[in-house]
Amino acid sequence: MTRISVTVDGVGYQDEVEPRLLLVQYLREQLGKTGTVVGCDTSNCGACTVHLDGHSVKSCTVLAVQADGHDVTTIEGIARDGELHPMQQAFHECHALQCGYCTPGMIMQAIDVLNDNPHPSEEEIRLGLEGNLCRCTGYHNIVKAVQQVAGAQAPAEAAVAMPATAGAQVQA
Amino acid sequence: MIPAPFDYVAPTSLADALAALADSGDEVKVLAGGQSLLPILRMRLNAPDRVVDLGRVEELRGITEEGDSIVIGAMTTYAELLASDVVREHAGLLTKAVQEVADPQIRHRGTVGGALVHADPAGDVGAPVLALEAELVITGPAGQRTVPATEFFQDLFETAVGEGELLTAIRVPRHTGWGSHYEKFVRVVHQWSIVAVGATVRVENGLIAEARIGLTNMGSTPLRARAVEDALVGGPATQDSVREACAAAAEGTNPPSDLNGDSDYRRHLATVLSRRAVLAAAGV
Ligand SMILES: Cc1cc2nc3c(=O)[nH]c(=O)nc-3n(C[C@H](O)[C@H](O)[C@H](O)COP(=O)(O)OP(=O)(O)OC[C@H]3O[C@@H](n4cnc5c(N)ncnc54)[C@H](O)[C@@H]3O)c2cc1C
Ligand code: FES
Ligand code: FES
Repeated sequence: MTRISVTVDGVGYQDEVEPRLLLVQYLREQLGKTGTVVGCDTSNCGACTVHLDGHSVKSCTVLAVQADGHDVTTIEGIARDGELHPMQQAFHECHALQCGYCTPGMIMQAIDVLNDNPHPSEEEIRLGLEGNLCRCTGYHNIVKAVQQVAGAQAPAEAAVAMPATAGAQVQA
Repeated sequence: MIPAPFDYVAPTSLADALAALADSGDEVKVLAGGQSLLPILRMRLNAPDRVVDLGRVEELRGITEEGDSIVIGAMTTYAELLASDVVREHAGLLTKAVQEVADPQIRHRGTVGGALVHADPAGDVGAPVLALEAELVITGPAGQRTVPATEFFQDLFETAVGEGELLTAIRVPRHTGWGSHYEKFVRVVHQWSIVAVGATVRVENGLIAEARIGLTNMGSTPLRARAVEDALVGGPATQDSVREACAAAAEGTNPPSDLNGDSDYRRHLATVLSRRAVLAAAGV
């Protein structure tokens, strides 16, 4: 067992963990933060996305011991004083989810996209979400939700940033 | 799935990391960003007794300028490389290729050194490192040695890094003023390259003065398209001339056949992607 000390959603934790424990298991099984989910076995789907020191990572592809001394933010830690985070609110308003399974990871990655680039183009949003799979929505309303938050961040640019996009698929 | 149990050590210096490797048995694995290793451990394709995590070895991180070279620490993440103006300006092909690796989450964790030692022939970092004629710095119990990229990549998942050794840095000669482009062919975003071509060229008065081209997934290691380079140099940077030169892109390659395409299809792709990469690099 290895002793770790991590901050999760603003609260400090000290725990003994097996080195093989994945960060996502630590969050779900040890801390009971089941908001972060596992969607695949291949590091592809992004459902498990959390922020590690402010940057998005796939928590199924990080060991809990690697998070020792670091700061983790999950979907459970972004609402403030009972108010949804603007990205959560926008997903709700834009109907950016159907079954909701991809949503925790999608929201955490969408926040990361805007942290890096507050005014992304539609293509930049789609590329920023390339590591997050959604089996239901076809992504269209997810992109709209991100555009809504980006628009709200810069009212002056909202008109240009929010065309009724036709959802052109990004070509890799 | 969950990895099999292992011992975990997290040294904070290169010396301690080498010592940890030296006093481990055969079944030891180095952990860098974990973006290839952790999926492998989860699938139990490998079950080491011990994992040596380089994540806390600060001296292996960061990008510095040394004379004619840019020196990239092995533990520099893709995201850190993408944020580097020095790399963008003097080794632009690396920036262009790393932009195409995986997705943002994986680029936050994955390291340049980890990608090179992993040596997946479909990986996007090898071909630019080869094309830019980089040198790889390897450190072991006997000290430090430097090998050219041509000797570093030995086979599928095999490099010059031996047991008990670590890749510590990548030295990339400055290619200041060269244009570059990485053309990656995939069917869906954030997929491994079916084929990709990295080109970096120096154009002088409309003529291609120098050209270096690296091929991804056209054999068991990254390859240089020497025949194309030779055909390009001295010629005009025009559509017709570049198209003609790039017809030789598959010369000397041995591409795999798999569900994404057979080897003849990949040979064809190599010529098309080379033309696109060279034209974009030359600004045509
Ligand atoms: C979903 C997904 C998509 C991906 N898509 C792409 C893609 O499109 N293109 C691409 O190029 N890659 C892709 N990758 C792979 C990614 O680039 C990996 O991050 C990279 O191959 C490994 O880097 P790492 O730092 O994570 O290394 P790790 O996974 O930690 O290590 C990889 C191997 O290298 C060894 N090693 C690492 N560092 C050193 C060192 N300094 N000295 C000696 N040995 C060392 C380890 O022991 C291990 O065997 C993808 C990965 C995933 C999960
Ligand atoms: S569960 Fe982590 S990427 Fe799918
Ligand atoms: S809403 Fe069902 S997977 Fe995205």
